[in-house]
Formats: sequence, C-alpha cells, structure tokens
Amino acid sequence: MFEEIGTTEDGYMVINIGPQHPATHGVLHLVMTLNGETIVKTEPHLGYIHRSIEKMSESLTYRQFIYATSRMDYLSSHINNHGCSLCVEKGLQIEVPERAQIIRVIMDELTRIASHELWWGAMAMDLGAFTPFFHAFRERETITEIMEETCGARLTMNYICPGGVMADLHPDFQKKVKSFITLYKSKINEYNELVTGNIIFQNRMKGVGYLSKEDAISFGCTGPVGRASGVSCDIRKLYPYEVYGKLQFDEILETAGDSFARYMVRIHEMNQSIRIIEQLIDNIPDGEFLAKTKAVLKLPKGEFYQRVETARGEFGVYIVSEGGTTPYRIKYRSPGFSNLSALPTMVKGSKIGDLIAAMGTLDLVIPDLDR
Amino acid sequence: MTNEDLKNKLTELFPSATFEEGGEFINFFIEPSQWKSCAKELKEKAGLDFDYLFCVTCVDWKTHLTMVYHLSSTIHRHSIVVKVKLNRDQPEIDTVCDIWKTAEFHEREAFDFFGVTFINHPDLRRLFLTDDWVGFPLRKDYDDPINMIKL
Amino acid sequence: MLSLENIINGIHTWLNNTFDPTLALTCEFVLLGITAIAIFAVLGLVLVLMERKVAAIMQIRKGPNRVGPFGMFQTVADTLKLIMKEGLTPDGADKVLFNLAPFIVMIAAMLLLAPIPFAKGVQMWDINIGVLFISAVSSISVIGILMAGWASNNKYSLLGAMRSGAQIVSYELSAGLSVITIVILTGSLQLSEIVNAQQNGWWIFKGHIPVLISFVTFIIAVTAETNRAPFDLAEAESELTAGFHTEYSGMKFALFFLAEYINIFIACAIGATLFLGGWMPFHIGNWEGFNAIMDYIPSSIWFVGKTFFLIFLMMWFRWTFPRLRVDQLLNLEWKYLLPISMLNLLVVTVMAIMGWYF
Repeated sequence: MFEEIGTTEDGYMVINIGPQHPATHGVLHLVMTLNGETIVKTEPHLGYIHRSIEKMSESLTYRQFIYATSRMDYLSSHINNHGCSLCVEKGLQIEVPERAQIIRVIMDELTRIASHELWWGAMAMDLGAFTPFFHAFRERETITEIMEETCGARLTMNYICPGGVMADLHPDFQKKVKSFITLYKSKINEYNELVTGNIIFQNRMKGVGYLSKEDAISFGCTGPVGRASGVSCDIRKLYPYEVYGKLQFDEILETAGDSFARYMVRIHEMNQSIRIIEQLIDNIPDGEFLAKTKAVLKLPKGEFYQRVETARGEFGVYIVSEGGTTPYRIKYRSPGFSNLSALPTMVKGSKIGDLIAAMGTLDLVIPDLDR
Repeated sequence: MTNEDLKNKLTELFPSATFEEGGEFINFFIEPSQWKSCAKELKEKAGLDFDYLFCVTCVDWKTHLTMVYHLSSTIHRHSIVVKVKLNRDQPEIDTVCDIWKTAEFHEREAFDFFGVTFINHPDLRRLFLTDDWVGFPLRKDYDDPINMIKL
Repeated sequence: MLSLENIINGIHTWLNNTFDPTLALTCEFVLLGITAIAIFAVLGLVLVLMERKVAAIMQIRKGPNRVGPFGMFQTVADTLKLIMKEGLTPDGADKVLFNLAPFIVMIAAMLLLAPIPFAKGVQMWDINIGVLFISAVSSISVIGILMAGWASNNKYSLLGAMRSGAQIVSYELSAGLSVITIVILTGSLQLSEIVNAQQNGWWIFKGHIPVLISFVTFIIAVTAETNRAPFDLAEAESELTAGFHTEYSGMKFALFFLAEYINIFIACAIGATLFLGGWMPFHIGNWEGFNAIMDYIPSSIWFVGKTFFLIFLMMWFRWTFPRLRVDQLLNLEWKYLLPISMLNLLVVTVMAIMGWYF
C-alpha cells in the first residue's frame, strides 16, 4: 500500500506544496523533492489563476486596459495603474498637472505602506506568529479607509486615468493622512519589539534563503528582494518619474542577501514612504487634477516602455501600438515573476521551514505572477 | 554612456545589425543565428555589461514573430532593446538562460503563449497552461469559439 | 465546611453503608470513570474557549461573542458540529491504525488525570510512584501521533509525525530531569507527599535559583511536549498544512484537538503541583492573619488558579512567538536545555544533601 507515496528513483520524496496551501497565499504550486526535510529540488508550477490579461488588453481601449492591471498585483494596484497610465501619457505626450502628479505619488506611497503592512503580517503568520497579522491590519485599515474616501474603493482603486486622476481629493484627506502618519510612528516600534527583535524570529530569518548579488541581477530580482542583495534597483531613484526626482528619500540597500535583509529593507522602506508623504502632504498645489484629453485616445505607431517601482519591485509596461484605439500587443513585466524564478536557487539544500521563510520574504502575489 | 555612443559601439561590434529609430531605447534587429553570440558579447564586453535582462516579449506580427529583449546594465545604467525576427511557422531561437538566468522562466512563458522553441533550453515545458493545451493563445490567429468573447 | 473532600467522603460512606463493599467499590469506579470523562469534556470546552479569548485579547479583537453570553457556548456549538460531521477515512489509509490513533492519544491523556491531586484529599489514585507514572504514560501519546501520521498515508502527516516523534522523545528528557529535581528535594515520588512537603512554602520559593531554573526548563519542555507553539512543528500549519492530523475530520479530529488541551491542562497541573505547591494556599512566614485569609480560600480554587495561570502562560507563548525550525528545536534541547538541566540536577542534589533549602 505504501509504495503509492510518490518517490523519485533516487528515493527522494516528492511533495506538492500548493496550489492550496496556507503558506503560498494564493494558488502557487511548488513541487518539492525532499530528502527527509531537506529540499533537493523546487519546481514552481504556475497558471492556476492565469486570466491572460495581456490578451484581454489587446481588445480594450487605452482608457480601459489600465484597470485590468489592478487585478494583477492587487496589493499595489494603484502603482500598476500608475505605470500603465504613464506609458499611455508618454505615447500621447500629455502633460500631467502638478496637483495630479503629487496626488498620484502620495497614493503610491500609501499603497506601498499598505502592501508592506500586509506582507509583514502575512510573513509573521507564515513563521507561526499569528498576532502580528492583526496588528498590521489595524494600521492597514486606516490606509484603506483613506483610500475608500477618496477613490471609492479599498483594494482595486482605479483612481488613475490618463492625464491625471479621476476625482479630486476628499476634503479630509490631508487631515487623515497626517493622523495616519502619527499613528504609524507610534506603532512601528511595536512592530520591532514584537517581531524584529525576537530571537526565534532572527534565528529563523538570518542566513536563510541566501541570494548573492550576481544571482539577484541575473535572475532579474528587483524591489526589496534585489536591494537586500545589494543591487541598486529602485526605479524611483534610477529613472525618476512624476515628482520623485525632486524628493528627499533614501534607497535602502542591504548586503546580506538573506531573508532578514529582505525583511529589514521592507521595514525601512515603510519609513521612507512616510518620509515622502510628509514632504508632499502639505504641499499639494491647487489647480487641475486632470489634464484635458481627447475622448478617444489613439497612441501613435511605435513602442513605449514605462517602468515604475511597485511594492514588489520593477513593474514594466511595454505597449506596441499600431496607431489604433487598442494596443497591438501589451506586455507586463511583473516583478514577482522574476523574483519567483530565484526561489529554487535560494532554498536549495535548506529545510522546509526555510522555504516558508524565504517565500514569505519574496512577498509573492500570485495573480501578479500569473497575470 | 549616451545613446549615441552606445549606438556607435554596437554598430562596430555587430555590423550586420540594423537599427530602428524612435522610442527611448536603442532598438536593433539581429539574425536568430547570431543572437546567442551577440547576447554573450552584450553581457561580457567591458563598457557594455548588459547584465540585467528585464523583459522578454514575443510579438506576433501575423507575417512573422519578433522576440524583444529589453536589456539594461546595472553598472552603466544604459538600456537597449534587441529584436530578433523569427519564422512564424517554425520559430526557433537559441536560449539565453545560461547568460541571464531569469530568461528560463520568461522563455517558457514565450513558448507557452507563442510556441517559440528555444534551442538548448533546459526545461522547455508549458508554464502557465496545461500540458495538453492545443495552440498558442497569444498569437493573433488563435481562436477559441467557446471561451473567447469577441468585442 | 463544605469542601470537595467532605462531599467525596460523604458519598464514600453512604455507598459503603448502603451496599456491600464490592458493589460500593464498583459504583465508585463507575463514578470515577464518569467524572474523568466529564472533566475531559468540560476542560476541553473551557480551554478551547479560553484559548480563543486569550488569542482575541492579544490580537485586539473580540473573539467568540455570538453563542451565549460572551460566546460561552461557542465551543459547545463547535463540538456539536464536529460530532455531526462525517468521519472520513481516506481510501489509502491503514483503516485500523487510522481509527485507533485518536483513541490512543485520548486514553493517554485521560490516564494522566488519575494521580493528580485536584484539591485537599481529592485524588483519583494516590499511587506511590505518581511522578514516574506521569512521565511513563505521557510518552504513550507519541505512539498515537506516529500511528496517525503513518496510517494516514499522507506525506504531510508523515513529516509531521516524524517531527513530533523526534520532538517529544527529546523533550521528555528535560521534562523528566526537571521533575526529578523536585523528587530529590522531597524524597518521594508520590504526588500527595510532594504537595505536603510544600506546607511551609512552595518549592519555587524554597528551592532558590536551581528550582527556578528547573521550573523554566519544565515549562519549555512541556510546551514542546504538548506540541504547542512555538514548538508546534508537528502541526506547523504554514509548512505542513495540519501535520499529523491532516487527514482527520469530524469527531476523530476533535479527539486529537481535545487531547491536546487535556495534555496542556495536565502538564500545567503537574507544574503547579510540583513547583507551585498544588492545592496548598499561599503562605508568608509568620503572618498569621494573612495566612488565615489564604487558608479560607478553598484548596480546589488554589489548584485551579495556579494551573490556569500556567495555562495562560503557555497561551501567551503561543500567540507571541514565531515557530522554531526543526533543527533549531532539536539544537535547543540537546545543546542547551539538556546540559543545563543535568548540571542543575547536580546542584540540586548537592543542595538536598547539604540541606541548603528552607
């Protein structure tokens, strides 16, 4: 009877982690080859939530396709929209009003904090600590409420449209954001006391899922994953868009390349996002929030590429236009897809527990991989 | 390195390459047979150091397929776009996943949706779709009368 | 005064006066069995509710609050649901072992209720090798867990069971060694003797730092032995989905679940008996008035209070700490806890010989 337990010819055990598994946060499927508890081989299988947004976008107009990208990386949907909108604006050479630019950037950073908060809670839960999840959600809730007031939605905001933003800010926006900043600053120490300083947590994270700088570049790892390995890859710094060029903030670089470094990068990044918001929140200029655009957008024939920094890394939009009202071909370069490709290298030879720790700090959002 | 310098250097290195104007990056076309050696040069040549492949796209032009590789250098911060035209009936190109490891997944994606065969790819299987899927969905002539809604 | 001891003695006398001794004894056996099952059920319900409430407080939420006042009947409702659910046996499983495993785990947990002194003079079986009995029987549950993991014919279950085996066998050592320190100080394996020895002060106060060390070791070891977070590797939900009970459903799952909570209760009850004086009230030296007030509180309340304090401690661990990795878990035991408790045992032995305790 027990021969049925799948083994390889070498006598290793093959085990399926996912597509439904508590630690994969979605429908990621990893086929693991194990020697006892030690990982011999990891093979990701994707496609359980593939909706072919790239194909769908080919039949949507330039105004419509932007909102399909909210459904990719739903935790940084606003930044995805932002990237697409920038790409269309680049093609049409629309000048976005300064007010709209600043609103977009503030929203970007709020989204980034919200995304990192969720990651923080979920990652702690992967490691077996349940409580941080609820603490993270408490702060995240404040952000989603701010979003809800202004954008009308909590997760897939669809707030950006080519030329600016859909609607003006809610009158309470500035007040609420400021009170959020105060709240956040009082809580971040709690995070560090509860999780970062915990000896068990540090033992679980340090030296786990090591990714060298060369590998990080070669695998195309961006965002906190790349920066934890010492690759300078913050698009906001390297190829500034909107008002990022004028802002004061640091690109967080760590050199350790392990899970703990990735963790620390994200924690520090939240602080930097707060710093950006603080610079902008009192300086939102009056004026238009939406530039005048034609009702039907037609991109000139050509190719347009725009990259933005989402919470997970470099998000790229590549539009091939034939001059019509719909894109001829669209390609999304999703950060998670490249980051995931490094996972088999990162966890080879470590324990199952390390896989969870490494996967947790990759911050995978499965619809982002599958598109 | 500015785009102009880069262009001169590339012309010097790859005399057979043709350039395409327009766009923010330098676009150049190269023959499929030369792609592998070209990729090696781009990665290893001092002064070019294109060590970061950030986007691999396949475009179906109905008459032919084009593989588009977006490359960037983490040292010099310049970017180029390399395009390779492929025969639509039998698209074949050398893999570059030994040069840029990220290409392994991206090439599997291109194989999955466009049917491009990557020669010497270590594990060329469908990545997103099921193994018994018929056809290549992102090609322009793909038709699925049941599941696709025409607008 | 109406106390548990008097009630039980009353029943005993009444039975012996009414029936002949054999029948009375049989009646007492039946009553004990019913009590054990009742305690098992009630404790399970109470502890599950307590866990959920403690978790809720730690996680800034309300916890169960719909069924009954303060959600008190939530666990009853859950248990009813579990009873009514189909108890599925997977096709590829070893049917006999698969169905036997939850009962072995449960029986091992129930056996442990026997030698515990719940209050003054209330003990099901005052066996003279109580401590030995407890350490012997508590190891049986690992057989049930291994059985469950192996018979499920599921790779997650197998990994969980193997982890659990390694873990319980290793941590048994530290738990045993820290219990032995008290046995050395008392000079008896009988639990009632151990409690009586703490008449003039609990061991945790009388025994200085060595007993404190063994208390801490004991708490860590029993947390690991009962498969509780941060040592819940056998279940490790984010790694092995549910570990050894992945394939169990319905009442069979509920038995594992209840057995876990009974094990927690017993581990904490033993901890309270050995280190915190069992049902002995809290006394301070010669403060006659204070001691008299403390004596007024019934002994059963003292016992339950101490036990629940320790249970709360374990729940606090669970909702605060992340989980260890399997190799770190074994490192902690073999490289730190075991040497420390061995050394500690030596110190306590010297202390006991020289009489360096109150």
